[in-house]
Amino acid sequence: MAGSLLAELPALPLHTAGKYVAGAYVVLFALVLVYVAIMAIRQSRIERDLAELLAREQAAAAAEREPAQQESSLV
Amino acid sequence: MAPMYGKGLRELSIATVAVMAVALALVFFWAPLEAEQGFLQKIFYVHVPLAIVSLCGFVVGGVFAIQHLRTRDSRWDMRSYVAIHMSLIFGVATLITGSIWAKGSWGHWWEWSEPTLVSFLIVFLLYATYQPLRFAIEDPERQSRYASVFAVTAGAFVPLNFIAVRLSSEYLHPRVLGATSNLPWQMSLTFVVSLLGVALLFTTLCKYELTVKHTRMQLRALRRLAERRDGATSGATSARRARSAAPSVHATAMTARPPRAAGGTTGAAGAPRVARPGS
Repeated sequence: MAGSLLAELPALPLHTAGKYVAGAYVVLFALVLVYVAIMAIRQSRIERDLAELLAREQAAAAAEREPAQQESSLV
Repeated sequence: MAPMYGKGLRELSIATVAVMAVALALVFFWAPLEAEQGFLQKIFYVHVPLAIVSLCGFVVGGVFAIQHLRTRDSRWDMRSYVAIHMSLIFGVATLITGSIWAKGSWGHWWEWSEPTLVSFLIVFLLYATYQPLRFAIEDPERQSRYASVFAVTAGAFVPLNFIAVRLSSEYLHPRVLGATSNLPWQMSLTFVVSLLGVALLFTTLCKYELTVKHTRMQLRALRRLAERRDGATSGATSARRARSAAPSVHATAMTARPPRAAGGTTGAAGAPRVARPGS
């Protein structure tokens, strides 16, 4: 299906200015790709910070629970 | 209600990819070859939309800056910053794709006597000073105010510059739009779809960046609150904001109903005030 569709498409005259046109479109997609990669790095940093904060909150909650358990065992 | 920058991001991303794919198919397999330039003219479908969206983005950044100066709401400053930042990236793409076209068409990468090229470069270089300007000012309040004044002034310069170039009579650069334009309808339709695709790409990336920045700031505010609750001194906290060119949205603007028992001093709206760097 895809093969027959591709066969139907007109051939591109790449020999005339193909390298310039390809260069222009590759520049656009490379810039978008670099930008998305930078955003992905930032996103992973946020994820790491969030995990750190969560671990800290869990430790604080556990520390709060510990004295309460000791008190109940004494009673 | 706190703004949700991520809302609708998925739908917008899908729409962007779909329109970009249709635009590429139209460009390469449907739009006719131009009689004089032939295949090289295909660059027009990416270069011109990039230039238009980039210039419009600078103006939009100026409009957001006006809103910031009017309301003193730091979220408008953030939007202005992101619009200008994205326009700069699109400006880089415009200059590179334009240079590639010039090399193929004129035989050299740049033409200093051409007003369209030089004027775009001037606008681009003007906005290239935006981030260093922000970075040079440490106080966030002053930073956002000065940056907004810059964005408004430079934003007004963009259409004036465009009109001045259009009035110029000596040019090599083709006039694509306007009275002298003689595009066949297939080319016009392909151009409009490409323009829509690039505009959607701009909007999506802006929204993406706003979402990431907003999430990071919310996380930072949350960490500050946790550290305050733990009794840590604000000056020694790890969440202290480093010097940055990026705007800071205050916690009052980010949280709709913040917890009162968080330990911060309560502001007029009942929201805790987050200590600013240097304060």
